[in-house]
Amino acid sequence: MIVNAVGRAVPAPEGGSAGVFSRASERAGSKVYDSLERALDAVGVESGMTVSFHHHFREGDLVVNAVVDALARRGVRDLVLAPSSLTTAHAPLIDRVKDGTIRSIRTSGLRGPLADAISAGLMDEPVLIHSHGGRARAIDSGEIKVDMAFLGVPACDERGNANGTAGRSACGSLGYAMVDARNAAKVVLLTEEILPYPLGPASIRQDQVDAIVRVDSVGDPAGIGKGATRMTRDPRELLIASSAARAIRAAGVVREGYSLQTGSGGASLAVVRFLREAMLELGVKASFALGGITSQLVRLHEEGLVGALLDTQSFDLDAARSLAANPGHREIDASYYANPARKGCAVDALDVVVLSAMEVDLDLNVNVITGSDGVIRGASGGHCDTAAGAALTVVVTPLIRGRIPSILDRVTTVVTPGESVDLLVTDRGIAVNPRRPELRETLEKAGLPIREVAWLKRLAESYTGAPRPVEFDDRIVGLVEYRDGTIIDAIRRPRASAL
Amino acid sequence: MRLRRSMLFVPGNAPAMLRDAHIYGPDSVMFDLEDAVSPREKDAARHLVFRALKDYDYAGVERIVRINGLDSPYGLEDVQAVVAGGADAIRLPKTDSPEDVLAVEKAVEAAERRFGRPSGSVGLIAAIESARGILSAREIASSSPRLVAIAIGAEDFVTDMHTTRSADGVELLAARGMLVMAARAAGIMAIDTVFTGVDDEEGFLREARLAKQLGFDGKSVIHPSQIALLLSVYSPSEAELVKARRVIAAAADAEAKGSGVVSLDGKMIDKPIVERARRVLALAGEDQP
Repeated sequence: MIVNAVGRAVPAPEGGSAGVFSRASERAGSKVYDSLERALDAVGVESGMTVSFHHHFREGDLVVNAVVDALARRGVRDLVLAPSSLTTAHAPLIDRVKDGTIRSIRTSGLRGPLADAISAGLMDEPVLIHSHGGRARAIDSGEIKVDMAFLGVPACDERGNANGTAGRSACGSLGYAMVDARNAAKVVLLTEEILPYPLGPASIRQDQVDAIVRVDSVGDPAGIGKGATRMTRDPRELLIASSAARAIRAAGVVREGYSLQTGSGGASLAVVRFLREAMLELGVKASFALGGITSQLVRLHEEGLVGALLDTQSFDLDAARSLAANPGHREIDASYYANPARKGCAVDALDVVVLSAMEVDLDLNVNVITGSDGVIRGASGGHCDTAAGAALTVVVTPLIRGRIPSILDRVTTVVTPGESVDLLVTDRGIAVNPRRPELRETLEKAGLPIREVAWLKRLAESYTGAPRPVEFDDRIVGLVEYRDGTIIDAIRRPRASAL
Repeated sequence: MRLRRSMLFVPGNAPAMLRDAHIYGPDSVMFDLEDAVSPREKDAARHLVFRALKDYDYAGVERIVRINGLDSPYGLEDVQAVVAGGADAIRLPKTDSPEDVLAVEKAVEAAERRFGRPSGSVGLIAAIESARGILSAREIASSSPRLVAIAIGAEDFVTDMHTTRSADGVELLAARGMLVMAARAAGIMAIDTVFTGVDDEEGFLREARLAKQLGFDGKSVIHPSQIALLLSVYSPSEAELVKARRVIAAAADAEAKGSGVVSLDGKMIDKPIVERARRVLALAGEDQP
């Protein structure tokens, strides 16, 4: 027994502290720092650590470059960079790889000059490409141990409650950042505005946040998002979208309570318009729409045609506004969205997903990461997660892009295995996975133009000729991870003569 | 019966559009060598259109080419390339008189001989775009057995008439009426002018419904999105179809019985009603043998 600080006899605890019981121990000092430098002093940075970021500010992001530069100035080296995605905004990281600040990168997407440089062999370690669900799995499970998450937010309060709907740089959902905030050993918020406590709803919570830095700007509004995603006027994309919607309808998916997701890209986004028409005609409503939320989906929600919007990423400012205003528009984190290793994720509840493709092959494998020249210029995103989860997976692509056929014997890089693809919809016909003969029969009966993938490939090549394959050398510049963590493909360096 | 509800204009100098024009489901594609192509690109466009006609499979969609006038430096070469390429028909621009048609007919005949195509295999469509042309519409429509249709080109016509196009199209009413009558008198088709407001669906539908009501068989379009709209205007309703099928069945029944009088539900059916019913079925793709 001991007598504690307030004079009571209590059993002696391990370590034997008599306690303090004063307010002083409970009230921590302020988390708000007036510069990134001071915040870094406070949280303590070291070489070799894993730092993470989110891509909710998309092409407008200013956070990644600013933080990595600040770390470089302190002499930090060998960083493992684990952002949810990288864009053309991150070209300055090339110099940080060259000077040794960054040793390794793992991301869902990679575009622009940084992607070009990595494809050409910039890094000693191959970049690791994972899906949104795969990233959430790796971080939640501790496979990726995030030492420090630097999360840009449009606004937070002085204790670190933050969301993406307040403030002038509102980006909507912070779904990717939420996984990092929950798991990182240290969390630093970079915010444009500090609003009165308590800011709610709190996507990122005060109990997760170590330090807050006020910055002038987290992102360029022009790159963060436009007011509303414009519906494509491209007749080919509209034709593909309307065929996809007809096929989805013929497959019997458009019924009361069904659920849907459409990926990025003009044709897949445009499917929403045609599904809306089908829903009105059939008098049915969807229970939820998932993933990246656009102004078109917001409209369907506000019309009562879609029950809930489950939003990991708001694609435009309409969606960001709706997230703040509509109770049925809910922010979900990437783990809720697509983590295959937890006890449940939303992609498994999907009835249909419509996805874009850069290349598709005879086995219906899909490439969304490397271009026809073998250079990295895309994002894995939720592609393989939703394809695996959805009851009906529809891949849409024009048969020919420019002068290049989209259908090949073998795709340059496999991101999504053909086994998880049910339909390939092009502007010249629809191919059905041979594993789904019943689906083929249903669609043929509905009068849809069903073709073999090989037939579509021959048709494309009748216009373009067969493209000469890109030549690669043995240097591996990237590894593509499937959602469960296994490596599904390796990205090799295109031969210099090919570039 | 070949339908010409939608005739999709495709600039002759746009390779990808030439390749894909038919996938949007028009009844006819019309490759344009005239106004859509600048003088410095005339030769290149002619060559592109020739290769497209030779090499691409348009899956049965009618292939028409709008040539430059024979009074231009390009017209004669256009005729030769288009006939050699295998076009189904040639659209003449700015037709003012039967002589304009006869001149092209002569050039086409010569080209058919030269390139080994059966005589008379290339059809003609005369576009009338002036007051003089409208007043000669009757003679133009019956000037050549090759003519499958006459068409009105509104932009040049309203300019010639010292007026402009309006939403209700009152300035075109007389011309449209005369053109349709001339076509009907000659037993060929009448094709309405383009509607340039690509984003104005309502305006397009209003104009298309007016043209159909006047008796036009179809309309030229400049954007694939207008094709489905035309289809909706020209497609018979389910009720019209049911009625038409019953009329045709009654007519067949009467013929089988050797009766000259067709009756349905106790009422006598006049010949024009049977004729209209046939057209309704044709528009729905239910052609009678």
